[in-house]
Amino acid sequence: MATETHETVASACLDSHGGAIGMPQLCGEWIPHQIFWLLVALAATFFVMSRIALPRIAAVLAERSGTITNDLAAAEELKNKASEAEAAYDKALVDARAQAQQIVAEAKAEIQAELDAELAKADEQIAAKTAESEAAIAEIRDGAVKSVTDVAKATTKELVAAMGGKADAKTITAAVTARMKG
Amino acid sequence: MATETEAASEGGLVFHPLDQFIPKSLFGDGAVHWYTPSNLTLWLAILVLCVIGVFVLGSRGRGIVPSRIQSVGELMYGFVYKMIEDVTGKDAVKYFPYIMTLFVFVLFANYLALLPMSYSPTSMIAITAVLGFGVFIAITVLGFVKHGAAFLGLFWMKDAPGFLRPIIAIIEVISYFVRPVSLSIRLAGNITAGHVVIKVFAGFAALTLASPAAILGIVAIYGLEILVAGIQAYVFTILTCVYLKDALHPAH
Repeated sequence: MATETHETVASACLDSHGGAIGMPQLCGEWIPHQIFWLLVALAATFFVMSRIALPRIAAVLAERSGTITNDLAAAEELKNKASEAEAAYDKALVDARAQAQQIVAEAKAEIQAELDAELAKADEQIAAKTAESEAAIAEIRDGAVKSVTDVAKATTKELVAAMGGKADAKTITAAVTARMKG
Repeated sequence: MATETEAASEGGLVFHPLDQFIPKSLFGDGAVHWYTPSNLTLWLAILVLCVIGVFVLGSRGRGIVPSRIQSVGELMYGFVYKMIEDVTGKDAVKYFPYIMTLFVFVLFANYLALLPMSYSPTSMIAITAVLGFGVFIAITVLGFVKHGAAFLGLFWMKDAPGFLRPIIAIIEVISYFVRPVSLSIRLAGNITAGHVVIKVFAGFAALTLASPAAILGIVAIYGLEILVAGIQAYVFTILTCVYLKDALHPAH
């Protein structure tokens, strides 16, 4: 192998052992080789990048930012919907409360009206009963007063008669009436 | 093969740190002509396959939620896209595929070169010179096509005092023409230097006493090279963006 290399060394830039003489980079013999393959590799890289890789990555990045924007917009929309729903719920709650209050007030008013009516009726009945009772009491009282007067007159007459006096009815009545008033 | 037998027969320290850059024909031991498939060809092919793997196969699913490899591709896409937007301006976005290709090529070449037994295309001054001068010529042509002779206003400082303007113009012209040279030498120099240093440390590893330090050194330099590989790809790309900005907006 080694001897073979010795024999086939075919470059001005290699010594007899296949080692470099000076810097291989500066060896003019190899420069066309390097430039040729560099241009081939650069062309291949440029083709791959500009035709396939970069458009694809650009598309992916654009799609991603689009997706992110869309998702953010959708999230914003959902948030708005949620707050709308919340507002609607609150409103419904307030309405329901107001309605409940109204119903309570109505019921109260109804009950009050009924109560008032019943009270008035009861008052009326009570008043009637009172008047009736008062009339009865007055009658009884009148009756009693009359009886007392009669008894008093009779007693007075008898007393006067027993004492030997003779009194006329008119005087006795007047005296009894005056006493009764006191 | 030859160097190893040589080293064994001499029995001493053998350093051939530059041998790794020799292009070798893949089929047979013949001379490497411009068309010969060599180890350079092999690793450039691997590079293209890796690019396809990351950017084409990785994004095959076109997932809204990206797979791991797809997100790596998207990360690089976003990184370079944002760099162009920030450095060059929004009107430069149409040159994005070219700059992205440059970035991906340099980045993948740098990182693949860090695999043991691999071959590093970006350590070849001829290759980085083609990249650098390609960028330079493309940008210069673009500047003249876009602005005509007004593109030369790039060299004529209107803010400077009158007598300084010709002097500044000369300096500007020189610095303009140095751009591709610095662009290509910076990249090739960094990558070459790193690989040579690793090889030199590896040579010391043959000494029993020095080998722990040598291996530690390899590990440390390798870590540094991982940084350098990324940074050089970044620097190459961002300088391209800066130069492109001059072509698109020559007024300072």
